Amino acid sequence: MKIDKNTINKIARLSRIKLDDKESEDYIKDLNSILDWVEQLNEVNTENVEPLSNISSSILPKREDVSNDTNSSEEILENAPDKLEGFFAVPKVVE
Amino acid sequence: MSKSSLKQTLKDLDTKKISIRELNQDYLKRIKENENLNVFIHFSEENVLKQIDNLEKDNSAKKLKGIPIAIKDLFCTKSMPTTAASKILENFNPTYESFVTQKLLDEGSIFVGKTNLDEFAMGSATNTSFFGNTINPLSQENEPLAPGGSSGGSAAAVAADLCLGATGTDTGGSIRQPASFCGVVGIKPTYGLCSRWGIAAFASSLDQAGIFSHNVEDASILLQSIAGFDQRDSTSAKIDIPNYFENLDDDLNGKTVGIPKEYSIDGTPMEISQIWEDAIKVLEKKGVKIKNISLPHTKYALPTYYIIAPAEASSNLARYDGVKYGFRSDEIDSLDEMYENTRAQGFGREVKRRILIGTYVLSAGYYDAYYLKAQKVRKLIADDFNKAFKECDFIVTPTAPSAAFPLNEKQNDPIKMYLNDVFTVPASLAGLPGISIPFGKDQNNLPLGIQILGKHFDEQQVFNAAVSLERSYE
Repeated sequence: MKIDKNTINKIARLSRIKLDDKESEDYIKDLNSILDWVEQLNEVNTENVEPLSNISSSILPKREDVSNDTNSSEEILENAPDKLEGFFAVPKVVE
Repeated sequence: MSKSSLKQTLKDLDTKKISIRELNQDYLKRIKENENLNVFIHFSEENVLKQIDNLEKDNSAKKLKGIPIAIKDLFCTKSMPTTAASKILENFNPTYESFVTQKLLDEGSIFVGKTNLDEFAMGSATNTSFFGNTINPLSQENEPLAPGGSSGGSAAAVAADLCLGATGTDTGGSIRQPASFCGVVGIKPTYGLCSRWGIAAFASSLDQAGIFSHNVEDASILLQSIAGFDQRDSTSAKIDIPNYFENLDDDLNGKTVGIPKEYSIDGTPMEISQIWEDAIKVLEKKGVKIKNISLPHTKYALPTYYIIAPAEASSNLARYDGVKYGFRSDEIDSLDEMYENTRAQGFGREVKRRILIGTYVLSAGYYDAYYLKAQKVRKLIADDFNKAFKECDFIVTPTAPSAAFPLNEKQNDPIKMYLNDVFTVPASLAGLPGISIPFGKDQNNLPLGIQILGKHFDEQQVFNAAVSLERSYE
């Protein structure tokens, strides 16, 4: 079993998702079954194979180096759950 | 029920046989009659009437002027909220317009509403939406069926004739599979043909926008409208977009179709093997050369996809932190608590599952074993297609391993659910264009789909083969 209680807690922490005990149990089961299933990739010989990260066959075009001011702090803040004096507001970070 | 096509409607509007207002009121009426299907996350009659008013004052000629289009609720729209079917974006009102929807607005189309989907496009039945299931319009009274997913709302909107076309996105089959389930046409173009700018990201190396429509001709008209280069998407292709519709040619004489033997999978229902054979026979009669091809790494496509897609999703969805937009939890004693509670309460089960698995395969010590390995197998899968396309002009396969299944049937076992994408995922990994067209029925009279795959940016060949098969079937 690849994922145990400690591992799931670690991943949940890295993902910034709080899990309750019941959820942890369920995800341990799900993730282990998925990881067992993807194990079959080890049958494939990938020696000297380049990893494929971008399938796009297009060449990155250049553009004019001109400034383009499309950002507006007002628009950006429009959907913020909490804001203060032109900034995003979050709970106190420094004690 | 005979449904008007986009092509015919454009003619009728042009000859003033019908007005933009009359046309759209007809669609509004049907939308209201079909509320039980839960096709739309956002629908406002007032908004549609406002768009009609504005178009009536507009004297310029526009290609899609007055045409009712439904938009998958993954595309950011200024005039309507955008939720990605997630609680975490429940109250999100974009301050900008996605590239694809802007193109449709520029052409004069009317947005009838934002359609339901699996949360962040993660699912194959439109049953992971925070806003409830969409019901397949082809369901019988006593047994509601799934419309497929993730673009199930858009597929259902076309199938129930609530619009003349709809946008979708396809990461591993999210246009083609619901098109097959709902008996409509759905095309996922080549990766890079349509800009991803303004589409809520799921797996960026796979996500691609596309079209649902009543028939292939309509799809060719609409795809041309949403395609094009955009410098805000670094993977957007700078190529000339052909006039797919004008160039449609159903004469396939002398072409070669590839039939991949690896797509004959144990346990595929007889009816699906049968429509596949029927399609091949039709093509043969049209003078198409049948070529048996091999795509040897096909069986590894699904496990490859279910490493790469969650890995990219875990990274893309890190932005939903309760700070900049969307939902924020009330339990926020510290910044970390705010993040963890917001994401715990804001995301649904399937999304969390994929974020967790994606985080795991990218985490220190596991990256090489999972993510890098999957990227290497992805290269082999893409190479399989490159080799095959040296011997054939297009490839024909079934779209999905089943017809529409009952709602919630496959929810408990994630791997069983993932198998829905078995025929669609390989082409997604290779970035190839693919279309699903209705072709035949199963014993319960439910539609089945045939998938046609083409070379990179050879949408024209895909459309030509599709229109040829469609015309032979009608």
